[in-house]
Amino acid sequence: MAKILLEMKNITKVFPGVKALDNVNLQVEEGEIHALVGENGAGKSTLMNVLSGIYPYGSYDGQIIYNGNECHFTNIKDSEALGIVIIHQELALIPYMTIGENMFLGNEKGQKWKIDWTETYGKSEEYLRTVGLNESSHTLIKDIGVGKQQLVEIAKALAKNAKLLILDEPTSSLNEKESQELLDLLLKFKKEGLTSIIISHKLNEISYVADKITVIRDGSTIETLDKKVDDFSEARIIKGMVGRDLSDRFPKREKNIGDICFEVKNWNCYHPVYTEKKIIDNVNINVRKGEVLGISGLMGAGRTEFAMSIFGKSYGEKISGTIIKDGKEIVLNSVQEAIKNKIAYVTEDRKGNGLILSNTIKFNTTLANLDGVSKNGVINSDKEYAVAVDFKEKLRTKCPSVEQNVGNLSGGNQQKVLLAKWMYADPDLLILDEPTRGIDVGAKYEIYCIINQLASEGKSVIVISSEMPELLGTCDRIYVMNEGRIVGEVDGETATQELIMSYIIKSDN
Amino acid sequence: MEKKKSSFNSAKLIDFIKKYAMVIVLAGVLIFFAITTGGKILLPMNISNIISQNAYVFILTTGMLLCILTGGNIDLSVGSVVCFVGAVGATLMTMPLGSATSHLPIPVVILAMVLTGIAIGAAQAFIIAYIRIPPFIVTLAGMLIFRGLSNIVLKGLTISITDYTLFVKLFGGGADCFIPDLFNLKGNLNIPFNITCILVGVIAIVIYIASQIITRAKRIKKGYEVEKFVPYIVKMILITAVIIAVTVQLSRHKGIPTVLIIVMAVIIIYSYITQNTTTGRYFYAVGGNEKATKLSGINTNKTFFLAYMNMGFLAAVAGMVTIARMTSAQPTYGMNYEMDAIASCFIGGASAYGGIGTVPAAIIGAVLMGVINLGMLIMGVDQNMQKVVKGIVLLLAVIFDVVSKRGFKIIAKN
Repeated sequence: MAKILLEMKNITKVFPGVKALDNVNLQVEEGEIHALVGENGAGKSTLMNVLSGIYPYGSYDGQIIYNGNECHFTNIKDSEALGIVIIHQELALIPYMTIGENMFLGNEKGQKWKIDWTETYGKSEEYLRTVGLNESSHTLIKDIGVGKQQLVEIAKALAKNAKLLILDEPTSSLNEKESQELLDLLLKFKKEGLTSIIISHKLNEISYVADKITVIRDGSTIETLDKKVDDFSEARIIKGMVGRDLSDRFPKREKNIGDICFEVKNWNCYHPVYTEKKIIDNVNINVRKGEVLGISGLMGAGRTEFAMSIFGKSYGEKISGTIIKDGKEIVLNSVQEAIKNKIAYVTEDRKGNGLILSNTIKFNTTLANLDGVSKNGVINSDKEYAVAVDFKEKLRTKCPSVEQNVGNLSGGNQQKVLLAKWMYADPDLLILDEPTRGIDVGAKYEIYCIINQLASEGKSVIVISSEMPELLGTCDRIYVMNEGRIVGEVDGETATQELIMSYIIKSDN
Repeated sequence: MEKKKSSFNSAKLIDFIKKYAMVIVLAGVLIFFAITTGGKILLPMNISNIISQNAYVFILTTGMLLCILTGGNIDLSVGSVVCFVGAVGATLMTMPLGSATSHLPIPVVILAMVLTGIAIGAAQAFIIAYIRIPPFIVTLAGMLIFRGLSNIVLKGLTISITDYTLFVKLFGGGADCFIPDLFNLKGNLNIPFNITCILVGVIAIVIYIASQIITRAKRIKKGYEVEKFVPYIVKMILITAVIIAVTVQLSRHKGIPTVLIIVMAVIIIYSYITQNTTTGRYFYAVGGNEKATKLSGINTNKTFFLAYMNMGFLAAVAGMVTIARMTSAQPTYGMNYEMDAIASCFIGGASAYGGIGTVPAAIIGAVLMGVINLGMLIMGVDQNMQKVVKGIVLLLAVIFDVVSKRGFKIIAKN
């Protein structure tokens, strides 16, 4: 029996309104590759943030025992000093600095007042060779591809004397060949004694590389599988990841589905910066009147990008394809035109792209349809107030007054204000992107009720969600999306999470 | 109705301080100077002077607020544009047409000045809004360009416009640029008040109180929530008292300075635009969250464009006021005007990140600066020391603003 390098015991982490981790236990042996799997929002990243000190000691309950000693990390520096290094999904490299500068950022070679550049670049080259990257350490980060950047991140971790390397979705932005190389590199390091924890959605990769798999679901550890004893098939892992009952978490709805009223045909879209990279690949979808349509997929599948590119081309370059609404082809070149054609997109990022946090509920409610409360550009403040109060009551937004700043509301109530804003724009088609992200169970239920209400009024609703149970519970029909393509279409009544997952995995291979 | 005592607690006190911080500070500063200058700062002449001397600040502050609202952006070119528009105006005004005595009519000159300002504003605004060059850079360039052009237009000289009394009286804040007393009892009956001035004050109070009561009644009738009764009345009484005090002091001097009409018009129009129109809304929305605003179907480029073009227009108005008060145009006019306007906005609680701030609050910031200036002048504080004090006031005001919004935690989280 190998030595236990890391043990996390009974970790509980509570965010306002949400219990993100509930008595999670994790044991990692020295020299193994330990995979952490679970759905989006299951708590994997939160657990790793606890481990690396991003959530400091005291902000969670439970114990972290590393190398036999209990640790109280107050920031990342503390954990890095012991050789625990985390590589986040979003790479933390600075584009306009060289590989060498990036590699020792915050960990500079030389004295405090004098950086030793010879040493910096010399060492960089060494580490680059270790990870098999054939680039000069003077190259700017922006000039190398994402795959190579990922390798630089790993080299950077090694430069910090990593003993325990944590990789959060390391292959999510890599192509197949790059992913394979990365995984082989991890296996090579394992032979040299490095311990790694890898978080990934790509189960085939995990089966390939991991010695043990810990499954997390809804903030709790479900099980730990061992390669030597257990079945490591994807089906077995999925069974651990999903498999919860869906009873009563979703309100029932009278279905009254009409004709197809919105269609997108042969939709293509490229990345706004790397314009040769195809983000959306020949997507065809249709929605009926009164239908709730789901789009399922893992993070980075291109769902948000697809929705935003439809919504007045607010994402992407070189967009092509046709949109047909109520039998007529329409062209949406701007958000204004999309709104005029009665289409609304409710963003997944309510704080970043959705709300004006520094202003009131009233202000936000009418922002997308100021014409509705104004005449010749002059706002009728009485009417505006009435509209805001009306929505506040209809959606049961909890707030002392509609003059309250949105920034002071809880996530669920902010989401309701965001919904109110788009409902007031009176669209025929609402695209809801992750409508229940980061809000508690009670508020989720209320959001589902609003979705049902909208559908029964004859509106079409598209729900984009990473939570499969949510889609299964609310949607009439679900498209499965992966890597910018629609890879499957399932019926909401009969579909299962396993079925959706299998579509995704089939398309990965 | 709640009793005042029972609803009093520390959370409410903090809210109150947050909301009326600068008004409280202004009152404190006024009292301070009233004591240290032996009441001189409250003399009729000085009240009148605070208005006339700072007219340009009030006008520019209003325009600057719109720029700041769009995202904490500032317009550095304002002072130079004021000078340039003034130079163009004075040059046109004094330009001989055929014979030495015939000149361009004043309305034509005014129109030319306004158009110059708008054109400059539009040019800078286009670069900022559509080409998307940071405002700081564009207006820094504008500051240099128009300072230089002012010198070129004036050939480095001063142009006097003392003889153009219509223009001077219309825009001036100088020696006899006051609204004439229609009743003129001062001379006849030896009453020491300017009756026209008093009358205007009374009308202003009536309009103010009536509009307050009507709005409140309307809201109550429709069942909307209204301000609590006691603060509502107290606020009304205080504002009325201020209007009365200012009116009486002005009437004891020479009456209403003509420039006050212009300043009031700018303040009222822009308060209305920012609070009651869709265009005004967009400034707040863009500054609060540009991405969200774009995704709400609002043309954010146009919003930026309007803010900076309007700044050019108001700089032109300030240019007229400046040359009228000085009765001349000089290449050095307008120096540091942009700084006065920027400081006033931030002291008045505008957010350096955009999206927060109101015209009346920014004007209070400007009044505060004006009072500090005049107070120190009367006290005979050294010029350099005055700058130090103003700098400290600006810094403290913004620190206070940021810290109070964080719930009075002084050090930011790392």
